[in-house]
Amino acid sequence: MSTTVTLRIDGRNVTVEKFSTILDAARTLEIPIPTLCHHPDLVPYGGCRLCLVEIKGAPRPVASCTTFVKDGLEVTTSSPRLERLRKTTLELILSDHPRDCMTCERAGDCKLQELAYFYGIRDPRFEGERRIYRTKDKNPCIARDMEKCILCGLCVRVCDEIQGVAAIDFAYRGFRTMVTPPFERELDCEFCGQCVAVCPTGALTGAMWAQKGRQDMRDVETICPYCGCGCTLTLHIRRNEVIRVSSRRETLNEGWLCAKGRFGYEFIHRTDRLKKPLVRIVPKSEAAALVKSGWSHERAASFFREVSWDDALDLVAARLGEIKERHGSDAIGGISSARCTNEENYLFQKFIRGAIGTNNVDHCARY
Amino acid sequence: MTNSIEEIEHHDVIFVIGSNTTETHPIIALRMKRAVRKGATLIVADPRKIDLVRFARLWLPLRPGTDSALLNAMMHVIIREGLIDRTFIDARTEGFEALRESLLDCSPEWAADVTGVPAGDIVRAARLYGNASHPGIYYTMGITQHSHGTENVFAIANLALMTGNLGKKSVGVNPLRGQNNVQGATDMGCIPDFLPGYQKVAVPEIRRKFEKAWGVTLSDRPGLTATDMVKAALSGTIRALYIMGENSVLSDPDRDRTIRALQGLDLLVVQDIFLTETAALADVVFPAACFAEKDGTFTNTERRVQRVRKAVEPPGEARDDARIIAELSGRFGFDLTYDSIEDVFREAGRLWPALAGITYRRIAKTGLQWPCPTRDHPGTRYLFKGSFPRGRAAFQTVRFRPPLELPDEDYPLLLSTGRHLFHYHTASMTGRVESLVRIEPKPYVEISAADAEALGILHGENVRVSSRRGAIELEARISARPIKGVVFIPFHYRDAAANALTHSALDPLSRIPELKVCAVKIERVAQSTATTRQKED
Repeated sequence: MSTTVTLRIDGRNVTVEKFSTILDAARTLEIPIPTLCHHPDLVPYGGCRLCLVEIKGAPRPVASCTTFVKDGLEVTTSSPRLERLRKTTLELILSDHPRDCMTCERAGDCKLQELAYFYGIRDPRFEGERRIYRTKDKNPCIARDMEKCILCGLCVRVCDEIQGVAAIDFAYRGFRTMVTPPFERELDCEFCGQCVAVCPTGALTGAMWAQKGRQDMRDVETICPYCGCGCTLTLHIRRNEVIRVSSRRETLNEGWLCAKGRFGYEFIHRTDRLKKPLVRIVPKSEAAALVKSGWSHERAASFFREVSWDDALDLVAARLGEIKERHGSDAIGGISSARCTNEENYLFQKFIRGAIGTNNVDHCARY
Repeated sequence: MTNSIEEIEHHDVIFVIGSNTTETHPIIALRMKRAVRKGATLIVADPRKIDLVRFARLWLPLRPGTDSALLNAMMHVIIREGLIDRTFIDARTEGFEALRESLLDCSPEWAADVTGVPAGDIVRAARLYGNASHPGIYYTMGITQHSHGTENVFAIANLALMTGNLGKKSVGVNPLRGQNNVQGATDMGCIPDFLPGYQKVAVPEIRRKFEKAWGVTLSDRPGLTATDMVKAALSGTIRALYIMGENSVLSDPDRDRTIRALQGLDLLVVQDIFLTETAALADVVFPAACFAEKDGTFTNTERRVQRVRKAVEPPGEARDDARIIAELSGRFGFDLTYDSIEDVFREAGRLWPALAGITYRRIAKTGLQWPCPTRDHPGTRYLFKGSFPRGRAAFQTVRFRPPLELPDEDYPLLLSTGRHLFHYHTASMTGRVESLVRIEPKPYVEISAADAEALGILHGENVRVSSRRGAIELEARISARPIKGVVFIPFHYRDAAANALTHSALDPLSRIPELKVCAVKIERVAQSTATTRQKED
């Protein structure tokens, strides 16, 4: 039995795996079909009705994301009728959507805004009741603005199907339907932010993104500094500052991150970063006492005075030289870092072995 | 990992022992959850009912430090029921007979006594693993951070070898590395007995190769591990330490002893991005650049070398570590300047063939997994296909040994330490991320309801936890996670440093500290203590 199916989309033949959807098949031909509730890693949902297509012989349009391909299907993805339906659907969504793109964190990265732009919807035809929700989140990671929620269910599904947490779900029915944690309590979850990553509008955004900028951003792809999974991060940079972190789906981690990877970047720009070489000016016992009880960063900083790089490096080189001379190379040890790069680790052990002359070099693999 | 992260979802049985995967490797845990959704059977062996247990068919709540007893009993059942892979054993291993004999008295009933896991569940786990076609074993520090950590790893290897479960796609043994580049730091030779690429310093030909490449004479004496350096600092044989990006004061066992060791040095140089608790004890502190401020590569837990890119400038006069090392080395007349950072990587590749095929250009989009010996090699997804580096893999007989310090009358509870989801290691980075701090602001001790009730401790009240080495005060969290008799403290917090309590006993081979087991006692404290006043809510 054949495992593939051949159908015709917009006059072009395409052969795809059995149990593909019409949407999958169209995407292999790079035919654009608008969607708001679809994600390739989630179970098809058929909620937003934007992916409607016409099938020759079928009485009415069907959602391409939930319709399987069949041999010999003839599919049309765009026609005046389909575009009219899509525009009306968008107008209905927008009739109950805050028009505050001016200040919305998602502007420029919002699927709803982009579709409104393509369909030329400035003022929706429909005026009607509005959902008024009080934003009450106290959680520090995920800002929820439920008035912007279009009920596509992506967040609900990603939380369940990918993260396996199911911290949120639909509550109430009809016009009052909303996505919420149980009993409308505060969000209390793993804060992985997969929901933020899949949200097509400004309903879910990173709390720390607020007013950090939406334009003039530069993207740099790098690797997460935390655990050993090695997730690829896209750092969004504005004026020498990391203002957002995201991850592309075409990565080893498939775009999924954890709370640390997605939201844990603030340390980069903390004002208490070390900025100058330091030399200690108080007895070590004071430092030891501070570490054991009542730590204060200001006190710790007061133990040192700032010096120039040359002075600091000269001092360390001279003292290491003395110790090597007096006690031998093996009286010196180097502890390297699992947070540093391969290149830095290579250089570190080469320095300890080649310049100091000892094999006393290790890192934190055991902790 | 012998397998790849991508292979996880194709296992039919996943056996997780000593890894709180959802919290310490969240993205790898996603793959495990997907595997379960696709029909895989998950077995979790852990003294705590960790989140992953929600997805497991079988939870084996073993007493901390009894892993090898559990594993030996599973092997006993596998042999008894004929679930071994004779062909694999004959073709690729040696020493099976001795192992088989050593397992004769490791019955599930004996192990049930030692581990606290019902004998029937041990049998079930053995059958599930023994009958699987594509099983994978996953472990982390729950296996290794013991005074018999190496033996635990041997026991895992024995289990995989006798069932032929190594060297195939989606079949293998997978230690999950805890830090973003702990694999790379080890690969690059930041270990006392190996030059880059696991090449023994003690072997003259290897030394000669590196001496020629580097233009120096190398010491033939294997050096000290980090744990032994601290010991040697205490005894005065180590006089100076150069610590790059490590917060030993909070991460090493027995904090006060670590402080004493560092305090006694003639010279302590710390290179870091923050003034950590360790840096506070330094004579000289070098300000370094963080991951977002430099170029290079990290190697993740599946041996994948991936590109790290500079995104922003470092603050003030902070410099990237490579430059600091080169400047220092220059002062010793040993030139470590390179035209580009990739030249350093190329040099490593010339000395270690496993990296030779990797270039920055090849890993611009997606990283490559070593071994990758040539420019057209696609990288290696799983290790030990067809052969082992030493030829035949040798079974190692493991006799169960209890941890060195177990609960007694004075210290009746067993303390295990580890991480939770929202902080990382000593929290020098995550402790400076407001959002993460607000989610998990303060230290706590997880205790079972039974133990809390016996001690009269209420949820949320402050308690004093003490061991023979120190005492800390922190909040009690009554939790369904730890089994009775076991308490858990995350080691992220300076204000109640778990490592003020832990034991500095080491594994004789790997020199890893026994951070997963020590004896403590818990007492209620009056509500007016300093820790209470810091309460936020």
